[in-house]
Amino acid sequence: MAELVKLTIDGREIQAEKGALLIEVARQNGIEVPAFCYHEDYSLQAACRMCLVEIEKTPKLQVGCTTPAAEGMVVRTDSDIVRTARKGTLEFLLTNHPLDCPVCDKGGECELQDMVFRYGAGESRFVERKHHVDEKQWSPVVYFDAPRCILCYRCVRACNEGMGVGALGVGNRGAISEIIPNHDDHLECDECGACIDICPVGALTSGSYRYQTRPWEMEHVGTICTHCADGCKTTLGVRNHEIVRGNNRDRSGINDEFLCIKGRYAFDFTKHPERLQSPMLRTEKGYQPISWSKALAIVATKFSTVKLAGGRFGVIGSNHTTNEENFFLAKFARQGLETKNIDHHRTGDLAAFFDALSGKNNVLATTADLYQAKAVLVVGADLSQQHPFLAFQARANVRHHDGHIYAVTTGEVREDQQAVASVRVEKGGELAGVESLRDKLKAEGDLVIVFGDAVQGDVLRKLVAFGDSLGIPVKYVCLVDYSNSRGAFDMGVTPKDGGLSREQMLAAADLDVLWVVGANPLKNAQLASKNAFVVVQDLFMTETAKQADIVLPAASAYEKSGTVTNVCGEVQKLAQAIKVMGPKTDLEVMGLIAKEMGLDLGIWLPEKVFAEIRKSVHGYNMSQGQLAVGPAATMPLNGRVAALPGTIQSSGDTLFTSGSLTRYSGILNSVMEAPGQLYRGKGQ
Amino acid sequence: MTFSPQLEQRFAKMLTRYPEGRTRSAVIPMLIYAQDEVGAITRDVIEEVAKRCKVTPVQVDEVVGYYSMLHRKPQGKFHVQVCTNISCLLVGGEELYEHAKKKLGVGHKETTADGQFSLEEVECMGACSWAPAVEINYDFHHHVTPEKLDQLIDGLRKAH
Ligand code: SF4
Ligand code: SF4
Ligand code: SF4
Ligand code: FES
Repeated sequence: MAELVKLTIDGREIQAEKGALLIEVARQNGIEVPAFCYHEDYSLQAACRMCLVEIEKTPKLQVGCTTPAAEGMVVRTDSDIVRTARKGTLEFLLTNHPLDCPVCDKGGECELQDMVFRYGAGESRFVERKHHVDEKQWSPVVYFDAPRCILCYRCVRACNEGMGVGALGVGNRGAISEIIPNHDDHLECDECGACIDICPVGALTSGSYRYQTRPWEMEHVGTICTHCADGCKTTLGVRNHEIVRGNNRDRSGINDEFLCIKGRYAFDFTKHPERLQSPMLRTEKGYQPISWSKALAIVATKFSTVKLAGGRFGVIGSNHTTNEENFFLAKFARQGLETKNIDHHRTGDLAAFFDALSGKNNVLATTADLYQAKAVLVVGADLSQQHPFLAFQARANVRHHDGHIYAVTTGEVREDQQAVASVRVEKGGELAGVESLRDKLKAEGDLVIVFGDAVQGDVLRKLVAFGDSLGIPVKYVCLVDYSNSRGAFDMGVTPKDGGLSREQMLAAADLDVLWVVGANPLKNAQLASKNAFVVVQDLFMTETAKQADIVLPAASAYEKSGTVTNVCGEVQKLAQAIKVMGPKTDLEVMGLIAKEMGLDLGIWLPEKVFAEIRKSVHGYNMSQGQLAVGPAATMPLNGRVAALPGTIQSSGDTLFTSGSLTRYSGILNSVMEAPGQLYRGKGQ
Repeated sequence: MTFSPQLEQRFAKMLTRYPEGRTRSAVIPMLIYAQDEVGAITRDVIEEVAKRCKVTPVQVDEVVGYYSMLHRKPQGKFHVQVCTNISCLLVGGEELYEHAKKKLGVGHKETTADGQFSLEEVECMGACSWAPAVEINYDFHHHVTPEKLDQLIDGLRKAH
């Protein structure tokens, strides 16, 4: 426990930790000290002078954001002199500010507007001409309007410290200082938009959102990013049934203020012109749109006939659909179609993982653990590229808790910059690399081991044995690729009990039906069975859909409710941001097919299906109430998990790719860094 | 990008002069010497200095923007810098600067058509005791009057 001191703020006696910053002490006691540059996640800057406070026996006003609390201090945050100082600071910040609030993107949610409203003077003594600089475009997603900038350095610090990129700096000096990008007139960076969201004013604006709408004209829907497996919360701004922006400025959710380019911008696939709008039937004249009722009847009849004839089904589920959909699909396959042939593209060896952890408690790391653990060991993954949020957590851990990072990878990674030790290995040499760190790791208080698809099967078991042998508490994250890769596995979309794996289904010459729900297995593979009736549910005419007999247009994650499970096993709720006319949710489609077939698979409402999941899926016994307030972590399985046939391989998506969705996101394709590459170190 | 062998030698030595891991300390001297040889701080120079000092280009860019003696565009062969800060101002610095503008026919940060002279109004150069002060390239001139400035400029013109 830190030493406590007594001080007085605005006449109130307050106890605080010695050395705590006055601004924080005041906040914790419900006293607002206004601030622009101060940001609790990043280094201190003391650049804006908005937080001035009066301290008795100190001749001049002091900045509350860097002055530590000390015994006997008498502080005033609301005296006449402080109020005058704030007015002066704001008047000064407005010297060159264009005051173009009526057209500024930030108008209505601008910290400068709010501060002037609350603390500012009504008029300015400056009559001089304002210094003007033209607006600049630094990348397809980042624009900079220098006159609006108040030089708080938040963007610079967010990029340096939060992202580990360091793409922004400050050029010139004095009144003409301005933020500059790393390559003269353009940015080469993560294109994450963190700098834009953290900007208190409208100086940094987003290519996709700028001049689109006023903030109060949108509905704000908090949901979960549908791209990688990290499960960031993204708040979608919706206007006229269209998503116009994504951000996390309210810092809710597991990811605080973090989002990568995908969570912040790559929602544009929802309105891609090639989006399927109605069921399509393959005919001699190519694909013809047909009505839903016709399409469902065709699929149901085919399924029933094949089932009656004892034919062979293959069912491939999705890394992106909800837990409810995956659960319903698995039930549909096993009970409705009476087949064991169900699988999905597995991107991490979760079966071996749960098997290796069987019987152990408290071994699954959450995203918060990466921020809190004494040490994080990354094995066989380019974390900043493949799991941007997990990498952000580890960086924040170093910043705030002096956490240690270790990396055992086949190439350079951004984690090297902060790592206590980085070990380069050949593919397959991961275990030896980890072993070489044994003494260092043993000396850590506790450890989170995060590993990629190179660690599977026996190697995975050996890694867990290694963790056990360290004699310190160890938790693990088995990396998987997509927003519900973990859920697909947990919901049983796997070929257990002797079913065919994905590859085996594609290779089976006598398959009668291939049913693909939200996946693209034929992207790089051939379907052996020439007579198979292929049903595909998807958003787009993917390589797989192009081989289908019938294609059913599906709603995306942003267009439905339900739950998804992230890479750390945290279950979170989706919220429907927009309604779609043509497509239907996969759950509804499956429910309707079941109804057509006369099957009784239960009600196909997400909450009803989740109630069933709670009862029958181990580790998912969480209430809707729990889910409503935040993520609920799953528990590891207790008991052995049989090895499953099939190939396990990560797609190796970078920051700028997202599996089959990549090509339908104009934003992801527009940035110069796309498609990016793994193991290039810092990434620039 | 490479520099002349002499400069390369100088840079190599420079980098050994700082404690381990502090190569960033060499950014300013490297920029100044590179500017003297290249004529200006070009984008290439920025990227090169960043690489050699193990910092990011934007960090070098910040330094270039901050220090007025670092120029992104080539200056005249003779760069005339007239101080108009307080000490010089009190004893005729501003008149001197106005005179220089007329004499050279160019303004602040401009270069004569023949590329011989460029002019810059500068802040304090630390020569207050001898105000008003003028610096031409690296040479200081003290107690400068308009007549003395004419002589200086004419002398340089003749000599070249
Ligand atoms: S978009 Fe992200 S990576 Fe690029 S400059 Fe802004 S904060 Fe840095
Ligand atoms: S651009 Fe925005 S965040 Fe960056 S310094 Fe200016 S006001 Fe602050
Ligand atoms: S890190 Fe993953 S979940 Fe988070 S915003 Fe990026 S793609 Fe989405
Ligand atoms: S918040 Fe203290 S100086 Fe900006």
